[in-house]
Amino acid sequence: MGLTGYLLLAAALFSLGVFGVVTRRNAIGVLASVELMANAVNLNLVAFSRHHAGPTGQVFALFSIALTVAEVVVGLALVLLLFRAKGDVRIELASELKD
Amino acid sequence: MTPGGYFFGVCAVVAVLGALATISARNPIRGAMGLLATIVGIAGMYVQLSAQFLAAIQLIVYAGAVVVLFVFVIMLLGPDAHGADGGKRPGSWARWIAAPLVSVLLLGGAVLLARVSTPQRFRAAPPGHGTIEAVGGDVFGRALVPFELSTALLIVAAVGAIAIARSRATKPSERPASVGATRRLFGGAIHPRDARTVDDEVAR
Repeated sequence: MGLTGYLLLAAALFSLGVFGVVTRRNAIGVLASVELMANAVNLNLVAFSRHHAGPTGQVFALFSIALTVAEVVVGLALVLLLFRAKGDVRIELASELKD
Repeated sequence: MTPGGYFFGVCAVVAVLGALATISARNPIRGAMGLLATIVGIAGMYVQLSAQFLAAIQLIVYAGAVVVLFVFVIMLLGPDAHGADGGKRPGSWARWIAAPLVSVLLLGGAVLLARVSTPQRFRAAPPGHGTIEAVGGDVFGRALVPFELSTALLIVAAVGAIAIARSRATKPSERPASVGATRRLFGGAIHPRDARTVDDEVAR
């Protein structure tokens, strides 16, 4: 299996993640979809690292994983805050800055 | 088809099915389990890409920490927040047109590029590619400064999460009337330890 298969699979996962981010109502579901997109990008990085036979892409993926974990921690704390303030985790409730 | 091809196929099917479950599940727990399947499938692909260290990191950090954090928050919020995917979301018709359009355009563009370009085969990996020694040599060599900065990032994220989750910004009078047990727990500045006594007072 060559590079193309991995890139296509990563594109499919990223597309599914975009779909989930736009259509999910649950804030936790939106965060999970963002996770899907981050994983697709990591797969791309590792596949290109293998393609170029060097470790740099894997180092990038390592930092990307650390960033994603930080993002999830802050995002879930915000979901908790949203639930405490509104009593629900629907994403459209977090629109006070918009109005 | 080679054994590697079969392994890739199994991992790809698991990952895509998990992703479908993640974006379509009504029950958030099922969504988290779909995310877990995707993560395990991608970890299998890391193994096949001879990135063993990253496969272990993927399983430890994502499957072991991130998914558990998701499940923990879902369980903490309880059934009160679970009806969240029912009903209509404001402006939902635009979303339901835009979301498939963007996804299909992205995937279609990728497939088109794959069709017109020549298929790329991997060249032979050098011995030790993807081991802890290879990745660690780069992390503690060229990427030492970003590595130290990432520790600061993680500390800031942890402290920020605690500050956000423990803030008492809203006054009790401005909060919505609580109905369920979970909402009562989160509706005021009540430590879970004191929840029972508050329930007793309400009953009285």
